[in-house]
Amino acid sequence: MHVCQRCVSLLLSRPLSAALQHSTRALHQRSHLTLLQHSTRHTLSQRHSRQTWRHFADHQAASPDVYNKIDLAQKEVVPLNSDVHRIDLDAAVHTSPLQEISEEEAVQIQVPYALPPESSTLRPYVDKSETLSKLVQLGVNLWKLEQRPNVGSMLVRLDFHADVAPSLLFLKDLGVEESKLGQLLTKNPFILTESLDNLEARVSYLKSKKFSKQSVAAMVSKAPYLLNFSVERLDNRLGFFQKQLGLSAEKARDIVTRLPKLLCGSLEPIKENLKVCELEFGFRGNEIQHIVTTVPKVLIANKRKLTQIFDFVHNTMDVPHSLVAKFPQVLNAKFLRIRERHLFLEYLGRAQYQPSQPNYISLDRLVFLPDDVFCSEVALATLEDFERFQKRL
Amino acid sequence: MAAQAIRLFRKMDGLFAVYKPQGVHWKHVRDSIESNLLKGTLNSCPPPAPQLAVQFQLLSSGENSSSSKDLALSPTMVPTLADHPLVTGPQFHKVHVGVGHRLDAFSSGVLVLGVGKGNGVVKVCYILYDYTLEGEFGKATDNFTDTGRVIEKTTYNHVTQDKLERVLAMIQGANQKALITYSQVDLRTQEAYELAVRGLLYPLGKSPPILMGLRCIHFNPPHFSLEVQCVNETQKYLRKLIHEVGLELRTCAVCSGVRRTRDGPFKVENALTRQYWTADSIIQAIAHFHKTTRRIRKSGMYSLRQQLSALRMRR
Repeated sequence: MHVCQRCVSLLLSRPLSAALQHSTRALHQRSHLTLLQHSTRHTLSQRHSRQTWRHFADHQAASPDVYNKIDLAQKEVVPLNSDVHRIDLDAAVHTSPLQEISEEEAVQIQVPYALPPESSTLRPYVDKSETLSKLVQLGVNLWKLEQRPNVGSMLVRLDFHADVAPSLLFLKDLGVEESKLGQLLTKNPFILTESLDNLEARVSYLKSKKFSKQSVAAMVSKAPYLLNFSVERLDNRLGFFQKQLGLSAEKARDIVTRLPKLLCGSLEPIKENLKVCELEFGFRGNEIQHIVTTVPKVLIANKRKLTQIFDFVHNTMDVPHSLVAKFPQVLNAKFLRIRERHLFLEYLGRAQYQPSQPNYISLDRLVFLPDDVFCSEVALATLEDFERFQKRL
Repeated sequence: MAAQAIRLFRKMDGLFAVYKPQGVHWKHVRDSIESNLLKGTLNSCPPPAPQLAVQFQLLSSGENSSSSKDLALSPTMVPTLADHPLVTGPQFHKVHVGVGHRLDAFSSGVLVLGVGKGNGVVKVCYILYDYTLEGEFGKATDNFTDTGRVIEKTTYNHVTQDKLERVLAMIQGANQKALITYSQVDLRTQEAYELAVRGLLYPLGKSPPILMGLRCIHFNPPHFSLEVQCVNETQKYLRKLIHEVGLELRTCAVCSGVRRTRDGPFKVENALTRQYWTADSIIQAIAHFHKTTRRIRKSGMYSLRQQLSALRMRR
């Protein structure tokens, strides 16, 4: 990650005292030019071409002339400063370093902190940038964000009062708790660059689909990328869940509130999982509906692991489809756990999964109880016996 | 503090054994243990206090600037955010966890792992491994396991324990000959003869897999289990061994389980099962094996004679 020179000049231009702004700006521009003159054509074009392309797409119709690097640099620097400056090389002559100045002026000189123009971490910029320090105070994990390409540069470029504060206020109005804001921004920093109109449009769309305010807030906290998707995409997904699964509007809303990731990802793996349930496992339509409403995670589970669990439960444990549909939590559990516990029960002779028979053990108790409770209540053995049995597998 | 974390890391240098469940790749075991150790050390150490940086602030003394021209710069210590854990990231990113002798995904059993300085000791040679092989008569598959594609099915009514024992004895005889060849001793000398009588021959240098001990523990057709002590083996070789036992008995057999019960001084009783793969239990296990690790490092091999004599007693 490279925080480019443009961003650094943004940081440097702010805390300068008024008395010396003119000269330091001139010096800074000159230093920019000298730096650029010394660097080779090739590296500059590599470093700046992509970013300057994006920047100049709005400003000028002509393609940026990469070889004319000095012009580029000038045009880059100029829009950042509020008043258009012509580089007046004579200005440096007036403020000579040997000129005597009064004590007060001397005390008021603030030497700008030499921030590195490029850095692979955000550490040098945290103290000097208001945005970054406020984000750290909120609890955003900057270390994780700087690993992602270009996110660090984007964060340094953001202005707290213009970009970040309105988004944060919007999220707070939405009902997202302050403690969860840090996690949300760590997962999805791009919510700060999304325009407020879009965000409001999407929230109003969700509310029009009768999602309550609390559920919208919960969904945004659980799936941070939710509000970055367009209204058409959200609409498409909600429509799919209602039509394909044949669920009522309320049940679809319930599934999506509990697992908002469904709205974020692609629909292809969900369609595949549904096909697997229908064709490979042989579940009927209403059974699939019941499974999905109880455990929505089955829709985005790994196909191979799902097949492995179902194969073991149906073929080795001899559990019929109806029972699996009644306790779909089994499909969400870890395969090794199911296998070890089943083999232990079989060894003890207590593996009875038919409700009509005595000593019946329900599948959810088999899977969800912690080890010690399972051993004492279900298997009627000690924890040490279970461990010794595990070492025999 | 960093010192506390460094002390914890020193406690973690050594070897310990883990019971690898069947169906799991050894790399996943190693990765989950590494992440558990990192979580244990990182969470236990509180982050260091933020460093203070000096900042000069301008104080104007009084309103009349004409009379008193003392503009004082006062230094203040302000905490910096540059050392905040959310900016620098976790203190430790990696713990060196190495696997000694790997187990493939189909097998289960004792897997010895070394942490930190224990990694140098973990790949010690001259060690015997004990395996328990479970077999089933009546079918042959393409990868010698019961989960593979079935190629052949045969009857096994004619197989008795006596015949099985005879076949095992024949295999053991062939392996004894190989052992003598690869131990590079001249059997015509007196010392070599005495070693052979006491059962202390051992293959030196590179050798193919050699079985030092083989016997049948359980026979209940179609299922049977064998106990094997071997050197330089792979788990695939052991599954092939079951297949060959079946062939010798004029039937066919597949392997339904390969379990390593012992890897040098680490036995099944010492191995940690999945619920104990936490930082505390691992550190306890490493402390338990501290003396053995030191002995291995000093002698270069775990007391081979002990292992070989224990093997001879079992015969």
